[in-house]
Amino acid sequence: MAGPVLQVSGLTMRYETRQGQVKAVDDISFDLLPGQVLGIVGESGSGKTSIAISLMRLLPDNARIISGEVLLDGHDLLSMGAEEVRGYRWRRISMIFQAAMNSLDPVYRVGDQIMEAIEAHEPDLPIQAAQQRITDLFELVGLDPQLTQRYPHEFSGGMRQRAVIAMALACRPDVVIADEPTTALDVIVQDRILRRLKEIQRDLQMSMIYITHDIAVVAEVTDRIGVMYAGRLVEIGSTEDVFNSPIHPYTSALLSVFPSIRGPKRELVTLPGEPPDLIDPPPGCRFHPRCPYATDACRTDEPPVVERGDHRAACWNPLPVSVRSDDVMRSEEPQGPGE
Amino acid sequence: MTMSPIDDRRPLVRVEGLTKRFPISRGMFRGPSAHVHAVDRVSFDLFEGESFGLVGESGCGKTTIGKLLVKLLDPTEGRVLFRDGPEDAASVGEVFTDIVDTKGKDLKAFRRRAQMIFQDPYESMNPRRTIFDTIAEPLSVQGIGTSLERLERVRQLLELVGLIPAANMLFRYPHELSGGQRQRVAIARALVVEPSFVVADEPTSMLDVSFSTSIMNLMAGLADQLGVTYLYITHDLAVARYMCQRIAVMYLGKIVELAETEELLSNPLHPYTRALLSAVPVPSPAFQRDPVNILGDVSAPVDPHPRCRFHDRCPMADRRCYEEDHPPMEDHGGGHFVACYRV
Repeated sequence: MAGPVLQVSGLTMRYETRQGQVKAVDDISFDLLPGQVLGIVGESGSGKTSIAISLMRLLPDNARIISGEVLLDGHDLLSMGAEEVRGYRWRRISMIFQAAMNSLDPVYRVGDQIMEAIEAHEPDLPIQAAQQRITDLFELVGLDPQLTQRYPHEFSGGMRQRAVIAMALACRPDVVIADEPTTALDVIVQDRILRRLKEIQRDLQMSMIYITHDIAVVAEVTDRIGVMYAGRLVEIGSTEDVFNSPIHPYTSALLSVFPSIRGPKRELVTLPGEPPDLIDPPPGCRFHPRCPYATDACRTDEPPVVERGDHRAACWNPLPVSVRSDDVMRSEEPQGPGE
Repeated sequence: MTMSPIDDRRPLVRVEGLTKRFPISRGMFRGPSAHVHAVDRVSFDLFEGESFGLVGESGCGKTTIGKLLVKLLDPTEGRVLFRDGPEDAASVGEVFTDIVDTKGKDLKAFRRRAQMIFQDPYESMNPRRTIFDTIAEPLSVQGIGTSLERLERVRQLLELVGLIPAANMLFRYPHELSGGQRQRVAIARALVVEPSFVVADEPTSMLDVSFSTSIMNLMAGLADQLGVTYLYITHDLAVARYMCQRIAVMYLGKIVELAETEELLSNPLHPYTRALLSAVPVPSPAFQRDPVNILGDVSAPVDPHPRCRFHDRCPMADRRCYEEDHPPMEDHGGGHFVACYRV
């Protein structure tokens, strides 16, 4: 088996704010294999998008990468100078942004914007070849190539998201990071885009990091899942393993709070409390204040890594193998669901 | 085409031929040359104490119906009938009042009975007012209680919606609260006047999953506890499954299907409902969904032709769907209504 296209180890990132340092990403490590789709799931503020912009080196002014290594083909993206990164960004690693509405410039034709991206990164490509590539890209994402001459406001939300996907694929990157690409869309449009994205990924054998809060989408799209909580990667494993036999109580809770239209209607579990303040996160396991299984060790010491094959989690009290997610974490709120 | 109740539950609200058209302006001095038919001759009953789901994609008219039902908008045509409450003593139970013509004192009284919870907990609150002011405002508008009584009432509500200890919350500002906490404040504000009817417009769609389930459980619990009737608006069928006893599916201003929740999910009859259900991702890696077999995209209902709104995307459409008016809602047994010639 070929080695990973992307190796992330010990990635740690902070935001400087007036209130203090926000520990947004804390010692994250994972590998991405060629042709693999890795899902990163978690709630708002868990650090998903912070990981993405760290990998892309598209950090806002107040963000600092403290430590870590991101190896793409053996080259460390984090230690590169700004000029060198530009040679990698979009060409080797690119990103499909959330809210396609804002990532297209309203005053340029959509085709011209993609052309600009290609020209910037592949200046030697003849103009005809670039134009042909844009036509191919539009067909690839399911847009009529006639539409390259239109402006973003003439596109529907679904069409814009397709255009943004086309733009991310313009320079044929090895790794694509998709950050909530369908979150703002209606389900029927979402379904079409997910199917098309999955087809493209399979046909091009693209490696992809798929960031979402949506457990159902991640179940359908990914091969592996990493679960983020409060800036930490608490669990990672194959999608089947994580769904069928989660190790970390947070993962199990996340799976149980998600309503579904299929299967028996089970009681909706609630997770008491709120995620911690990342300026001053709790010691030990960051999930311990909300965890029903927390013990003294969880409150003081960093949790050890539990390994079950290539399925890992950081937890003092790992769940036994094959506990169905529905059976743990019963509602602890005074108001139960209206049964 | 008013629907008859499927059992002995009493309707609290009867919606009859409800229509709302919005003019599209074509320049400053020209009159409106076209209309968006946001809600088009919609009829249904809301039973006392039930939670009724209105689902559909963006632009289908579900929020417009919600606003029409609490009189934040007035309909172009049609009636919204509320059963008179116990306070209208003379005629207990069987008399309905059309809120469309309600004005003045009666409108103020109506505002006590019907409230709305909005989608965005960040936009629906005045950032300069404390939580106490926000929740107590409907009480002062209605002239209910002395200021001490209001304080006590707000404290009770904060406890009811799980914002405890209430004393710590009273004089905080919205920016000090999380999204989930704000939505609890919004619920408290809606419930403070003890309404019998609440329109909840996507109250959990902006919240993270762990907050949204606790808000859903809270609302379901309050419905049981206080006997509130909900019109629950959502684009998420999985949320509707957990919140609602019945679900109506809307497409371009029309209700195309209406049934008891589990019946609708397990036995969808309208081709649009089927497409909508098969488009919902399933949180189980082994599950294989059916492909969604409808064509094209949603159009805008601008002066639509009198024919089935769904005909151009429907895999089953034939000449009748194209030539005749939009199909009427018909009962296919047990209160499962469908508007389709091909079912």
